[in-house]
Amino acid sequence: MTGIGFVLVTTFLASAVEAIEMVTIVVGVGVTRGWRATLVGTGAGFLVLAAVVVVFGLALSAIPIGPLRLLVGALLLVFGLQWYRKGIVRVATRGLAGIQGEEAEEGAEWTGPGLDWTAFVLAFKGVLLEGLEVAFIVVTFGAGANQLGPAVIGGVGAVVVVGAIGAAAHPLVSRIPRSLLQLVVGTLLTSFGTFWAIEGLGVTWPAGDLAILGLLAVYSVTALTYMGIERTHALGFGSRRVA
Amino acid sequence: MRLLWSWMLAFGRFWYRFIVGDDWTVAAAVGVGLVLTALLNLQGIPAWWLVPVIVVVMVGASLRRASAR
Repeated sequence: MTGIGFVLVTTFLASAVEAIEMVTIVVGVGVTRGWRATLVGTGAGFLVLAAVVVVFGLALSAIPIGPLRLLVGALLLVFGLQWYRKGIVRVATRGLAGIQGEEAEEGAEWTGPGLDWTAFVLAFKGVLLEGLEVAFIVVTFGAGANQLGPAVIGGVGAVVVVGAIGAAAHPLVSRIPRSLLQLVVGTLLTSFGTFWAIEGLGVTWPAGDLAILGLLAVYSVTALTYMGIERTHALGFGSRRVA
Repeated sequence: MRLLWSWMLAFGRFWYRFIVGDDWTVAAAVGVGLVLTALLNLQGIPAWWLVPVIVVVMVGASLRRASAR
């Protein structure tokens, strides 16, 4: 259940969620302020992220598998639950809409001498802030599954794919249903997080690794149920407001 | 020194946001659930079901609180 395919898909989707905002920010800054400083800032942001992945990955690889699964399981569980909750609310209220035109601040293209530090900082912060959570998810998920290499490939692959879409046709990126992606990844992280955290405590799951499928089913049905309640609630408030 | 302090604050804020997020009760309930699971396991009582139940209940409670606001 925690084979290469599962690790690749989960880290790819998790990384794609944040890559959408990252690419939107970088392309927005590049178009409005110019590309040279934007690309330098983007590269610097990715360098810092790579350093975080290496340092955090090395630190986690020194922990024995039992305590490691408890640690990464608990981390993925509490973080996954945040995306799970947000995904339920957003998909229930906004459906499959992409992100709302969160364009970078408007500004004239830089024509002065030297590097445009505003563009550099905007791109650097965009990459670092959006990428930091994903870097930790990729490393913890990879370490929990004992598949750090495929996890990094999945994470980097998503940034490359979303970046290529952004470079080819910027408006397409904002149409990717980010809320649905967030809900799917939240469900995956919550399921794996629950499984690993409990396993890390020394508890045996009935049916072994197949329990992950059971957790995915339970959390998916729960999400669908709560989305129905959220929609009914929203409609109820709407009709009361109209009345 | 002030720069170092602001970096440490930002680092702490990142981890708080990463682990706790915007509803601390969910993270706290998960923590309590893991402790109870460990205690029940030490007594030889099967407790794999406890955290999933807590997750389902707490997410529902959290969503209800959020929509009531």
